[in-house]
Amino acid sequence: MSIDATPENLAAERTSAPMLRVERLHKSYPTPQGRVPVLRGVDFTLAAGASLALTGESGSGKSTLLHLVGALDDADSGEIVIDGVAVTRLSETARAAMRRETIGVVFQQFNLIPSLTVGENLGFQARLAGRYNPAWQEELTARLGLATLAARYPEELSGGQQQRVAIGRALAVRPRLLLADEPTGNLDEATGDAVMALALDLVAATGCAFLMATHSERLAARLQRRVRLEAGLLATQ
Amino acid sequence: MRETLWTLAALISHWRRRPGNLATLVLGLAIATALWSGVQALNAQARNSYDAAANAISGGGARTLVASRGGLFDQELFVRLRRAGVTVSPVLEGAVRIGEKNIRIIGVEPLSLPRRSPIADRRTRTDVIEDFFSGPGRGFAAPQTLRRLDLSEGAQPQTERGQQLPPLAALAEAPPGAIIVDIGVAQRLLDRPGKLSRLVIVDEETFDEARLKLIAGDALRLVAPDDDSDLARLTDSFHLNLTAFGFLAFLVGLFIVHAAYGLAFEQRLATLRTLRALGVGPPHLVAAMACEIAVLTLIAGGAGVLGGHAIAQALLPDVVKSLESLYGAQISDRLALDARWWLSGLAMAGAGAALAAASRLTKALRLPALSFARPMAWRGAHHRYLRRQAALAALALVAAAGAFGFGEGLASGFAIIGLALLAAALILPVGLAGALALAERFARRPLTRWFFADGRQEISGLSLALMALLIALATNIGVGGMVEGFRQTFDRWLDARLVAEVYFEAATPADARDIEAWARTQPDIAAILPIWRAKTRIGGWPVDVLGMTPHETYTAHFPLIDATPDVWTALHAQDAVLVSEQLARRLSLAIGETLDIPTSGRDLRARIVGVFPDYGNPKGQLRIDHERLTRYFDDASGVHYSLRVDPGATTRVIANMQQRFGGKITRIVDQAEVKTLSTDIFERTFAVTTALNTLTLIVSGVALFASLLTLSDMRRARIAPVWALGATRRKLAALEMARVMAFAAVAAAFAIPLGLFMTWSLVAIVNVAAFGWRLPFHMFPAQWLVVSCIALCAAFFAALIPVVRLARVSPSELLRVFSNER
Repeated sequence: MSIDATPENLAAERTSAPMLRVERLHKSYPTPQGRVPVLRGVDFTLAAGASLALTGESGSGKSTLLHLVGALDDADSGEIVIDGVAVTRLSETARAAMRRETIGVVFQQFNLIPSLTVGENLGFQARLAGRYNPAWQEELTARLGLATLAARYPEELSGGQQQRVAIGRALAVRPRLLLADEPTGNLDEATGDAVMALALDLVAATGCAFLMATHSERLAARLQRRVRLEAGLLATQ
Repeated sequence: MRETLWTLAALISHWRRRPGNLATLVLGLAIATALWSGVQALNAQARNSYDAAANAISGGGARTLVASRGGLFDQELFVRLRRAGVTVSPVLEGAVRIGEKNIRIIGVEPLSLPRRSPIADRRTRTDVIEDFFSGPGRGFAAPQTLRRLDLSEGAQPQTERGQQLPPLAALAEAPPGAIIVDIGVAQRLLDRPGKLSRLVIVDEETFDEARLKLIAGDALRLVAPDDDSDLARLTDSFHLNLTAFGFLAFLVGLFIVHAAYGLAFEQRLATLRTLRALGVGPPHLVAAMACEIAVLTLIAGGAGVLGGHAIAQALLPDVVKSLESLYGAQISDRLALDARWWLSGLAMAGAGAALAAASRLTKALRLPALSFARPMAWRGAHHRYLRRQAALAALALVAAAGAFGFGEGLASGFAIIGLALLAAALILPVGLAGALALAERFARRPLTRWFFADGRQEISGLSLALMALLIALATNIGVGGMVEGFRQTFDRWLDARLVAEVYFEAATPADARDIEAWARTQPDIAAILPIWRAKTRIGGWPVDVLGMTPHETYTAHFPLIDATPDVWTALHAQDAVLVSEQLARRLSLAIGETLDIPTSGRDLRARIVGVFPDYGNPKGQLRIDHERLTRYFDDASGVHYSLRVDPGATTRVIANMQQRFGGKITRIVDQAEVKTLSTDIFERTFAVTTALNTLTLIVSGVALFASLLTLSDMRRARIAPVWALGATRRKLAALEMARVMAFAAVAAAFAIPLGLFMTWSLVAIVNVAAFGWRLPFHMFPAQWLVVSCIALCAAFFAALIPVVRLARVSPSELLRVFSNER
């Protein structure tokens, strides 16, 4: 069953429950040899303002879980509830609205729009959601150290600079849930640390829940909680 | 709405960064629209002129009465109908020559003109009547007709027969190339006293068919207003051919649009996925893409329609001359196009853009927010693509075979050609991929192996442009072969048909008798051969009947396609007839059958003893014995003759005749002049075809250039690793050029057999259905060589800029490929 994300529906679905609740989540992928399970009944919750690191080996399903939580992909079964709304029961249009207005995603590959300038990229999702705030954008630009780069195009930036733009874009919409998939995976250690510090600082400033997938135990340790994904199941650390 | 607008802004920002790609897309759509709307402008211009001519007197919507047996009828019938209370208005039409121009004379009777007639509509009837009757009378001509004759209002030109016209006045509603005069003046000018061409029924309430039968017997037949005029019917094939070529050019143009938009889509795929990930729903994404296409359509379509106007303006003089020479049609030489034409041009641009973008819009609607890494994705997609192309090609071939087996007529002919072109275009990438795979298997050096392997990867990006090139080359070979074959056949046919050394037209039959008597006494003149002619209608088609005298000129030279062994003796000794090829095909007539020919009196029942080619004549033609012509046709024009003269004495004979008979001869020409005239008509007829052909080839060159330019950025990602491994930029650029040239060579190799098939289809199916004649099939290897060279040159110049850019690309640019690698 799917429901439309009208304000009334969303309000009715909201409860005093955690910002993110994941229950009995299953996901598998088809291969020529049959379906391969990746997630086999994942459960966890994340409160508003809290941060959680998701660690695990390459191929353990971290990105898959993040994509499911980010309403980017469909689960086989189980439930994902964000801010009281059951994402798994939403229509395609309602899920798009959820991504636009409630969730901010920072991708490992940045996924900036190459034909827009840094400034345009930063404000893009906020404008889509109708939440563009020039003062907040200005503050973000300054805190991310992008003020002198606003007129440049992504291809003219270094990897660290591009990742800072990606973080800024995700936070410009003031999401209730920020997801980051290996946000420093393409950066050297020093740049990665700097970007991470900035991200955590801004997360604290906005009060959003933060879920990050990483294979780095060092980075994971900087978040409030961490869980490890093994054989499709979560093991608390 | 907000999401759609911001999505649109993100999509459009792509063009800001890639203005070259945008220019290609706009150029492709504009060229396609220009070629299509240009051809439609020519057709609309001609059809408006036909309508104006057909409705000049009646104003349209009126039924008319014409002679049942074709030709003219006695004015007495009009008088009898009027006396019986039937309100009809008489019309006499015919052609005269003023200076070197053919002019149509339309004689009307102003007192009985229908009220909706353009003449009666714009001027008060009193004015018209006064103009016609006062003093020397009045002739009305369209301003452009006066310009064409280089005359001003009030002028009184003379016809070639020395008859003076009344003072001329400009009347915008008059059909182009015509002068409207009082019916009495027309009968004098045309030397048809007491004769009429048709009667327009002015008041339907006073008319019924039973009364007509009672008063006029079966001398007159009723023609419905929605029956196409003879001109419209005769020129239908001409316009259909023009439309077919326009449509072909439009399709080739759409290849550019499809290729450019497709490549832009692929370039923006990552952006589209990002937009989806950021919360843009599929409906908003598709709505934004549709808006983008609509904006492009307005810009490119508008430019295309303007271009179409320019193309039509450039080609109009040739079309006007062709239609005048072939069909006697008078077309206005000033383009006057209404809003419908402009809107239909834009609509065609929109439809073309939507068609070219449809598959991408569907893909966008189903685009997932995530893309999964598939290591062998390219290989799998490539094989699926080739299989789909091969399956579609097979389907197109089956459909072509079906059209050949079960279809008939012109539409079927064009369908066969279109489907064969489609099948060949679809199979081209499959053939290319096969050739490259084979070459790769035999290649030993690593760079050579990479060259072939990488070439296979490039096929899907370049295939649309190569298909466009293939279609353009095949069309050039196909149409070029047909035109060249026709030219040779036409030249041989002219030589056989125009054996006499001199041709002349006397002013009147009496003058003709004088000249005939004189000519028989001249030692330089071996024979004087009358070529008298009459008009009739058979099976609803206008037919000219020409007389032949028994003479070696015909028996030894007159070209025949098929004939009985006794053809010439039978023609003169019996009621026998030679039928033109197009009439024989149209009426399904065969040697040995009998044909009832309507004449002035009872029908002439004649045995068909021969079929002759009559290229370029839209009307049917019959040849009967001269004596029978004079006996059966009262109104046969007895003024046309040919003379057999000692070739060395031709100039002297013509000079003698001009000196001796002066105004009694309206026209006298030697054989060479007639041939030059005929060849000129031929060349003009195919001038438009050749122009459209050349434009199609240029369009395909642009398509190739556009694709290569767009691909050149994407190519860097594939070339950079090879460069990093030790190949020089110069070497890589040379390999790029070699690859494009090889692709063009394969396209040319495909185009030759396809072009030959097209030539065969044109001569054996399309020409037969359109014009009624079948030409022999010829092959011109030299032409194939030229077209192949053109293909290689087009590929060379199309690849030049992208290749030079690659050769000069800085190492830092290539290194960026690695830093941006995803």
